[in-house]
Amino acid sequence: MADKKLLRVEDLILYFRAGKGVVQAVDNVHFELDYNRAVVILGESGCGKSSLAKAILRLLPRNVHAYSGKIYLEDRDVMTLDEEQYRQNIRWAAMSLVPQAAMNALNPVLRVGEQVAEPAIIHMGVSKQEAMEMAAKMFQHVGVSVDFLNRYPFELSGGMRQRVAIAMALVTSPSLVILDEPTSALDVLTQANIFNVLKRLKKELGLSFILITHDIATSSELADDVAVMYAGQIVETSDAARFFEQPLHPYSQKLMASVPRLSEQRELEFIVGQPPSLVDPPTGCRFAARCPKRYEKCSEEPPVFEKDGRKVKCWLHQ
Amino acid sequence: MTPNPEFVQVQNLKKYFPVRKGLLQRVTDHVRAVDDVSFTVREGETLGMVGESGCGKTTVGRTMLRLVEPTDGRVIFDGQDVFRLSGASLKSMRRNMQIIFQDPYASLDPRMPIGDSVMEGLNIHNVGEPRQRFEIMLDTLKKVGLEDYHARRYPHEFSGGQRQRIGIARALALRPKFIVCDEPVSALDVSIQSQVLNILKDLQSEFGLTYLFIAHNLSVVEHISDRVAVMYLGKMVELTNRDELFSNPLHPYTRALMSAIPVPDPNLRRERIILKGDVPSPLNPPKGCRFHPRCPIAESICAQQEPEFRQASPDHWVACWKA
Repeated sequence: MADKKLLRVEDLILYFRAGKGVVQAVDNVHFELDYNRAVVILGESGCGKSSLAKAILRLLPRNVHAYSGKIYLEDRDVMTLDEEQYRQNIRWAAMSLVPQAAMNALNPVLRVGEQVAEPAIIHMGVSKQEAMEMAAKMFQHVGVSVDFLNRYPFELSGGMRQRVAIAMALVTSPSLVILDEPTSALDVLTQANIFNVLKRLKKELGLSFILITHDIATSSELADDVAVMYAGQIVETSDAARFFEQPLHPYSQKLMASVPRLSEQRELEFIVGQPPSLVDPPTGCRFAARCPKRYEKCSEEPPVFEKDGRKVKCWLHQ
Repeated sequence: MTPNPEFVQVQNLKKYFPVRKGLLQRVTDHVRAVDDVSFTVREGETLGMVGESGCGKTTVGRTMLRLVEPTDGRVIFDGQDVFRLSGASLKSMRRNMQIIFQDPYASLDPRMPIGDSVMEGLNIHNVGEPRQRFEIMLDTLKKVGLEDYHARRYPHEFSGGQRQRIGIARALALRPKFIVCDEPVSALDVSIQSQVLNILKDLQSEFGLTYLFIAHNLSVVEHISDRVAVMYLGKMVELTNRDELFSNPLHPYTRALMSAIPVPDPNLRRERIILKGDVPSPLNPPKGCRFHPRCPIAESICAQQEPEFRQASPDHWVACWKA
């Protein structure tokens, strides 16, 4: 099973139509994910990381301009499936999503237990009673007392609602869960709690995660692999250990240098300027305008260079 | 001139918000957002204030500036009792104490060019001639890294980081002595956060500012603060200088917070102290030490008597029976 990957994404493109033109939110994205691994997708706001999640799960808004590429889930090309097959076999059955601001993603007028049970009824066709039992089991997995099954979302704290949203993504026992900014709105202590839950679930249920976040420090808790996204493209992929030690792409380096760390007194760095507009991205390397190491070559678009199993889209690593 | 070690004194500050219920909207209860908090801010320092959401840290900042009227207690700013002032003397006091708000998207008037926003305070306080105010405004924009031509633009034309710098310029225009920074970087991307933090530091040394820096991100607080205060459920539980707090935290709540700080290094994954449950409601806080139901080392006394906020060593205050 050595080269069988859980997920392979190739040439994935997702463009939106907007008032000003076509937004190239996800542009030629490649990455792979092994069984029982967690990949973190890092990037600033507006770099297209949430759109990537939507593209993988085919949760598309109406204004899609272009959507193409290949997504292999356990060597099965899911892009060729029609909508109904996709809904029955892939979405939630094989991979699920914990949406951004999951705290507010729950229906306020339904009991949380029913909401967690719902995907099991819809995607697995089990009876309501069975589904409620499965929901109760999931509550235990994420560490929420079973007494809360019959409560409404407003009776739960932010951290508990987040756990419920995770339970909702797990109830159909998918092999891959995409988490979109799961802890951004939570306090540090609650964040730590949620990450402990995720680590445990990964071990107990053999899950794989795609964790989408801008919080570099928190993401290192869970990451096995890292992919850095900038202006719709993935500019670096690496295993977490080497990435956090020494990022290769100048953008990753700058990003890491701007994180304040404990017991370290140094002037923090920041990245001058702003990310480019995705409506009309610059030709050549998209980071060139903000890059401290740019040279003549950067006006051409860099290919992806491979270096000891790490991939980086930058001419410096030619 | 030596800096005043008791520049801002906060004594037994309380703020209870009434809870109204029923048809007649009778006051049935009180949320004890800030319950008997005392501390001093030294001139020229940055006092960091941390705690989970709902612990009352923002309310402390706002009552100190009298943006919210206190229930009880005193705040003495540079020798003057802030809560006794009214009319003209309150207005002139406010020139000296300003605030930077949390959300740079909501705190600027969307229909006012940002130059006017920055000048608003100068107009209200009638600083100099209109021409001079304009000059001060341009000068202040420059201090936060914006250009002259930005003054005519509207907030929607700016990015989050730029807007927060406009918020800083607004606070800075009156050349105050004391600024409350209420989560100034929480809404920003990391790559922009550090830029705003650096600007705050530079301005502090240039103008000799004193900051109360409210945040929930301990790494950010550690980066910018001289001393740090930790709040829990309306109470201050620990106050000491930064190095002491991070090397020798005395309160179990502080220790739990420390262990929860994420470190961007996968080799440093540590076992974290996980607290049971959630923060109790400030409507009906636990008896005794408010932290005792979640405390890993609580004893019987903790449930019965409230610990005093006492001095454990010369520069280290803590409210815990076991410390």
